[in-house]
Amino acid sequence: MDRPADSRPSPGRTVAKLCLLVVGMFGFGFALVPLYDVLCDLTGLGGRTGGQYTYDPAEVQRDPSRLVRVNFVTNTNGGMPWKFWSEVGGVRVHPGEQKEVKFYVTNPTDRRMVGQAVPSVAPGQVAEYFHKTECFCFNSQVLEPGETLEMPMRFVIDPKLPRNVQSISLSYALFDITDFAARDGGGSPNGSPNASPRS
Amino acid sequence: MSEVVVTHHDEHHDHGPAKGLARWLFTTNHKDIGTLYLWFSFIMLLVGGVLALVIRTELFQPGLQFVTPEFFNQMTTMHGLIMIFGAIMPAFVGLANWMVPMMIGAPDMALPRLNNLSFWLVALAMTMLVSTLFMEGGGPNFGWTAYPPLSTTYGPDSTTFFIFSVHLAGASSILGAINIIATILNMRAPGMTLMKLPMFVWGWLITAYLLLAVMPVLAGAITMALFDMHFGTSFFNAAGGGDPVLYQHVFWFFGHPEVYIMILPAFGIVSQIIPTFARKPLFGYDSMVYAIASIAFLSFIVWAHHMFTVGMPLAGQLFFMYATMLIAVPTGVKIFNWTATMWRGSMTFETPMLFAIAFVVLFSIGGFSGLMLAIVPADFQYHDSYFVVAHFHYVLVPGALFSIIAAVYYWLPKWCGRMYDETLGKLHFWLSFIGVNVLFFPQHFVGLAGMPRRIPDYSLQFADFNMVSSIGAYIFGFAQLVFLYVLIKAIRSGEPATDRVWEGARGLEWTLPSPAPYHSFTTPPKVVESEAHT
Amino acid sequence: MLLSASARADALNMPVGVSETSRIVYDLHMLILWICVVIGIGVFGVILWSIIHHRKSAGHQPASFHENTRLEIVWTLIPVLILIGMAWPATTTLIDMYDTGGEDMTVEVRGYQWRWQYKYLDEDLNSQFSFFSNLATPAEEIQGQAAKGQYYLLEVDNPLRIPVDRKVRFLLTAEDVIHAWWVPDFGMKKDAIPGMLNEMWTRVDEPGIYRGQCAELCGKDHAFMPVVVQAMPQEEFDAWYAEQLQAAKAREEALSKTFTEQELMAEGQKVYNSFCSSCHQPNGQGMPPVFPAIAGSPVATGPKEDHIDIVLNGVPGTAMQAFGRQLDAAQIAAVVHYERHAFGNNTGDTTQPADVVARQQAQQ
Repeated sequence: MDRPADSRPSPGRTVAKLCLLVVGMFGFGFALVPLYDVLCDLTGLGGRTGGQYTYDPAEVQRDPSRLVRVNFVTNTNGGMPWKFWSEVGGVRVHPGEQKEVKFYVTNPTDRRMVGQAVPSVAPGQVAEYFHKTECFCFNSQVLEPGETLEMPMRFVIDPKLPRNVQSISLSYALFDITDFAARDGGGSPNGSPNASPRS
Repeated sequence: MSEVVVTHHDEHHDHGPAKGLARWLFTTNHKDIGTLYLWFSFIMLLVGGVLALVIRTELFQPGLQFVTPEFFNQMTTMHGLIMIFGAIMPAFVGLANWMVPMMIGAPDMALPRLNNLSFWLVALAMTMLVSTLFMEGGGPNFGWTAYPPLSTTYGPDSTTFFIFSVHLAGASSILGAINIIATILNMRAPGMTLMKLPMFVWGWLITAYLLLAVMPVLAGAITMALFDMHFGTSFFNAAGGGDPVLYQHVFWFFGHPEVYIMILPAFGIVSQIIPTFARKPLFGYDSMVYAIASIAFLSFIVWAHHMFTVGMPLAGQLFFMYATMLIAVPTGVKIFNWTATMWRGSMTFETPMLFAIAFVVLFSIGGFSGLMLAIVPADFQYHDSYFVVAHFHYVLVPGALFSIIAAVYYWLPKWCGRMYDETLGKLHFWLSFIGVNVLFFPQHFVGLAGMPRRIPDYSLQFADFNMVSSIGAYIFGFAQLVFLYVLIKAIRSGEPATDRVWEGARGLEWTLPSPAPYHSFTTPPKVVESEAHT
Repeated sequence: MLLSASARADALNMPVGVSETSRIVYDLHMLILWICVVIGIGVFGVILWSIIHHRKSAGHQPASFHENTRLEIVWTLIPVLILIGMAWPATTTLIDMYDTGGEDMTVEVRGYQWRWQYKYLDEDLNSQFSFFSNLATPAEEIQGQAAKGQYYLLEVDNPLRIPVDRKVRFLLTAEDVIHAWWVPDFGMKKDAIPGMLNEMWTRVDEPGIYRGQCAELCGKDHAFMPVVVQAMPQEEFDAWYAEQLQAAKAREEALSKTFTEQELMAEGQKVYNSFCSSCHQPNGQGMPPVFPAIAGSPVATGPKEDHIDIVLNGVPGTAMQAFGRQLDAAQIAAVVHYERHAFGNNTGDTTQPADVVARQQAQQ
């Protein structure tokens, strides 16, 4: 510690290390985006459901002893003028059994529009047991003026679903992404950092 | 003018300050820059205070009397931003500029020119931020936390300027923090080991690391928001595959350490002042250092306690609850240490000591309500109510702000060589102390009874306490004008100060003459045991 | 301010509330509060003692001690034990609050700028009927032109109704920005986030009217979207529920009815005040440039069809929402008629539900 008076070290190395820290943390801020996705997939945070699931009836054990209620909440968001509804508000299914529910959208406007449905499951922690084998939320929908579209959604509930869960709510929020799609020159918001929409 | 300064720069320390405006525009002297920071933050305190008085005046009575809800939201947003980025943080940087080199026996900051840039960046940032109020569509109106989609899809046009000014303020903080760390690590006088650093320097060293770790994350968060608004990305836009809650996670990953950025230097200041006026060494120096370090560490793993109502999984709620509760342990250690420092001392109660004692007591109250907020089931009731407003104002006003005021009274005689008027100083203290409690204590009650925050109008059962609170605000606001008068009077016509200033003062800064010469410690001082550990 | 003694007492502390959860939360709150008070009195007492006795003016000489390892370990460990004591009840309460299973009934709660929508779901979770809940306090009271009523800012046109002693599950989401649904008497608050579904539950055990507010800043009228819940005995609730189902049917029938101008103006004014006036202002002058005036506007004085279209579908990229999903054809007809004959506008035409239905069909 007894340094001669005039030889205090130049701060160059310290400053360089600190700059690295700053750059690293700026990168970390952006890295939180994929990290968050991983965390959501692991914990069901935000009620996110997984991507497309391949259903093999031979592998999944049906559990006839339980009936789980699944209800569907259809929303259109922030000024989206489409009509959006499901054929039924809810169904009862045995875990392990594949079920199909039809959803419908109508574009009542006189312009061509693009919509994207965003799913969310409550309670969030059951998201990992909710498997979709077919869902319109995997893609965006392009509707001509006045057009109505029928969209089937098929799902299976994992037999490993905790026993205390008797009821699951699946919500779809339909967003108007016409402007996004126009910007990307395509029908899906692929210009987004998360190349595929949350599914 | 710049050429004059540049050519003279190399032999700068043979000269006194430059003359006129050029001195302040181009100065690289740590004392000048410290003075700039301190006056700038005081102006911002008054600007932010005026906005707060607009808020309290509207809330004086139920009903809409003076401002529209739209404008009210701009007031709450700008009040928060200005106080955090314009008043509290720059004031601490100003104190660091003045005191860190003098306390560790360094001639100046490690990077003097960068130091000048840091100051003018934050000045530019705040000017731009305030100017948004005069833009068409008004200034930011979504709260200082700027949650999307309210701030992005539904925000005013000025949001872009808001983001740019926060970027500038953040860049200023980062440069300032690099400078402070480089100064502390490289410029200490021989014999000044890390475990002999004055507590203020310790507080700032750890704060500077926090700044470097989280300001870039904030920059990332608002950059993503900016891209969402203008370049069609969907980081936080559910429609394109993003998630508005993600913003909250990234923001609070910055936001919680930010809270400690505004309190750790305050811990340092109080740890300087209490031993001086108790005439007794600081109790538990080592544990104080470890406590600050553990608080800084914990601040990185508690962010989601600001988001208990967004619908996290149970395991997440429990983790963040336990981690948050843990913070009470090192914070308690600090409070106990200050108490033990006063115990069996020989105390006198000059203005800095009064503010420091008020800090310990009132900050503890803010700490207690913080502990209550950590309890998730109870937080479901407290969250986004005036209870939260009362809590964070207790830690930021009688906490951070009182420590800054205490520091100004404590070191002012060293800066300008003159004493302040003790009677007026005490008047300032008592007005502030009474005002701050009348202002914020009743907010606990209305919050518990169900008054949400950020509302311009409220139902009748909250009327009485809101009126009391507004009266407190006027008292507190007036008290700061007294402060301004005390400062001007001291600088212009105060009694000359001695070099030691306070009987119990220990530390290198007190070995310098009063006022401290423009260039100090150009040859490193010898660190002696009797000046350490204060 | 005229306030009863009980209202004053209420304004001091967290309400005990009317559900088991809210009572547990209250007890937890009081427990922690008292622990803090006791610690506070202890620490502040020591500080006060020092200030009084260990002062220089009292001739006290300073001691020189500056550490005591045993003492420091003790005052680190004791808080840890106290914290564990607090964390235990907090954890068990939280686990209980997260158990949303076994509900008797489900209501979907949707936040809009700046109103709530409640949708009742039957046992198979099919939507039965839904309605909006708007602030009912008149603008004159807010502007100070009329005396403020007892429930100033905490009253709505259509409160949410739930039965007592039943586990009611709420599914929360939002249309535009983040809101938060809060009734202090239930001891619960949760964010309503666009694109996400949150849930919580309550079991109210006393009939009564319970009032709360939106708790998350959601824009200009954040202060003006109260939550009012009326908890009623099961039989009363069932009767009300049946009535609502009837009314929903009647509303459907109204779509083919022709109304008189007086009926249209009366209904239109009601709809206008609930859905339009917060932006376009009660006097139709708007708040340019963001919220244009209705009075003399080219839309409200131009072709009827365009006017209906804007109300139905909104204007993309502006604050004008698509009300086609919030209001039925009869309400839209009435409000369009009203806007074309109020604030000095006088187009002389009438707008009937059939006109709106025709526009809806023309677009399909």
